Amino acid sequence: MAGSWGRFNIVSLVLGFAFLYLPILLLVIYSFNESRLVTVWAGFSTKWYVELFSNRGLMDAAWVTARVAFLSATVATVLGTMAAIALTRYTRFRGRLLFSGMVFAPLVMPEVITGLSLLLLFVAINFDRGFFTVTIAHITFSMCFVAVVVQSRLMSFDQSLEEAALDLGATPVKAFFQVTLPVILPAVISGWMLAFTLSLDDLVIASFTSGPGATTLPMKIYSQVRLGVTPEINAVCTILIGIVAMGVIAASIVTKRQEVQRRRDEQAAIRVAA
Amino acid sequence: MARFISAVAARFVIALPYLWLLVFFLAPFLIVFKISLSEPALSMPPYQPVFDLFAGFPALFEKLGALSFGNYLWLFDDPLYVNAYLSSIWIAGVSTLITLAVGYPIAYGMARAPASIRPTLLMLVILPFWTSFLIRVYAWIGILKPEGLLNQFLMFLGVIDEPLVILNTTTAIYIGIVYSYLPFMVLPLYSTLEKMDGSLIEAARDLGCPPMAAFWKVTFPMSLPGVVAGCMLVFIPAVGEFVIPDLLGGSQTLMIGKTLWTEFFNNRDWPVSSAVAVILLLILIVPIMLFQRSQARSREAGN
Repeated sequence: MAGSWGRFNIVSLVLGFAFLYLPILLLVIYSFNESRLVTVWAGFSTKWYVELFSNRGLMDAAWVTARVAFLSATVATVLGTMAAIALTRYTRFRGRLLFSGMVFAPLVMPEVITGLSLLLLFVAINFDRGFFTVTIAHITFSMCFVAVVVQSRLMSFDQSLEEAALDLGATPVKAFFQVTLPVILPAVISGWMLAFTLSLDDLVIASFTSGPGATTLPMKIYSQVRLGVTPEINAVCTILIGIVAMGVIAASIVTKRQEVQRRRDEQAAIRVAA
Repeated sequence: MARFISAVAARFVIALPYLWLLVFFLAPFLIVFKISLSEPALSMPPYQPVFDLFAGFPALFEKLGALSFGNYLWLFDDPLYVNAYLSSIWIAGVSTLITLAVGYPIAYGMARAPASIRPTLLMLVILPFWTSFLIRVYAWIGILKPEGLLNQFLMFLGVIDEPLVILNTTTAIYIGIVYSYLPFMVLPLYSTLEKMDGSLIEAARDLGCPPMAAFWKVTFPMSLPGVVAGCMLVFIPAVGEFVIPDLLGGSQTLMIGKTLWTEFFNNRDWPVSSAVAVILLLILIVPIMLFQRSQARSREAGN
């Protein structure tokens, strides 16, 4: 039985994936609907996309979101990678339990709590709310996701490689950048992408920590969604889905190519050694 | 010298993320707790600070005596809040069980799939997770509305004559939570099921155990770490969920995340919303610890 793939398994997978993908597919299809009534199909049209680009408010929000996502993902990747190294390499330091708790708790913490608590912090220290407060908030929760992604890669990484580099006289910093980092790079990149999309998506935490002039795209979408489903919103969502899908596919091609290259290099090295 | 640099680098690598999380994750909770004990006021920020940390210790002690648990008493006096907490836990619990029932066959099917297509299946589960949460919830509004696609389809089939009312009910919230959190359930389940040794099930079979019994006696108990991790990853955030009850549940539904949002943004009552957050955190502390423990154990197993 183990190894053969039963009919039950195939059926459950097909149903499962239909459930996961059908709603998104319908949303994309109806963004090309001619009619203003979202659920009545009246022919193919791209007019909602054209209208979108003349919507100043939406475009401004998209620009703010892109900047926040880029900056927060970059800082979160650096901090998250450091946290992952600290957790895997240094098994003993004071306050390690608290540290690992703080890394894993934000993964499941309800967003309303994180958002409210960060807002109250910014108010308490008199920090003007806006672009930077949203960015700091996004760094804080997305660095933990980066840490988890990088940590799982670090655990499968053979530490003796780094030790060999140290024995051969490399400084620890050099050993990290020349040996460890190239190996964990795919995880670091996917960590960055995860942080980027988390920031792109976030409504709740941004609503709490944002201020005047820093309305993000999800906040804008949310305020329009509350008024009802419109084809414009379907169009915005379709564009966002398109960007993310392209990013994920590009990243998987890059990592696959790197993997092939790495294997080729390894084989070349073995041949030289032999 | 190299050793010195190494020690400094180690300090730095630990200290920077540590400090960041202390300042932006832990410290804010203390502030929330502090503000939950203060009185609301009509000012900006809209609360009367209970004590000023810069006023020195004598002032601090004086104020400590006057700490107000009034907000908490008020929460327990008003059935609105108690009901909101209870119904959040109930809704999150039921949806977690449904997600487990939906997610387990998917994870099982993936783990038993030919090894060559497993990475593709994994990718297909993760991909929806990359698309916006808000968008995925929003997509269901168009489907569940009275004149929406589901009702049109069912009426076309002749299953029903009148549109079902699903949107703005608890059913819609269940659908929303199951749909949005399904990948969080499938991924940990898949990773434990995939690692499982198939020969154990074969052994059970050889010894005359029927397939269903073999599943409940061998496979399911061995996948329990994945079940726990998956359930926690769904249950904890679902208790405090805001977007799903707000968009799919309508104005009738009572969930604590929505209550907190309303207190904060509509009533501008910061102390009460802080108290709501503190109680929510207290409720979630046990599940969060369970989650941490299961994470730590799986990491040790990985090592």
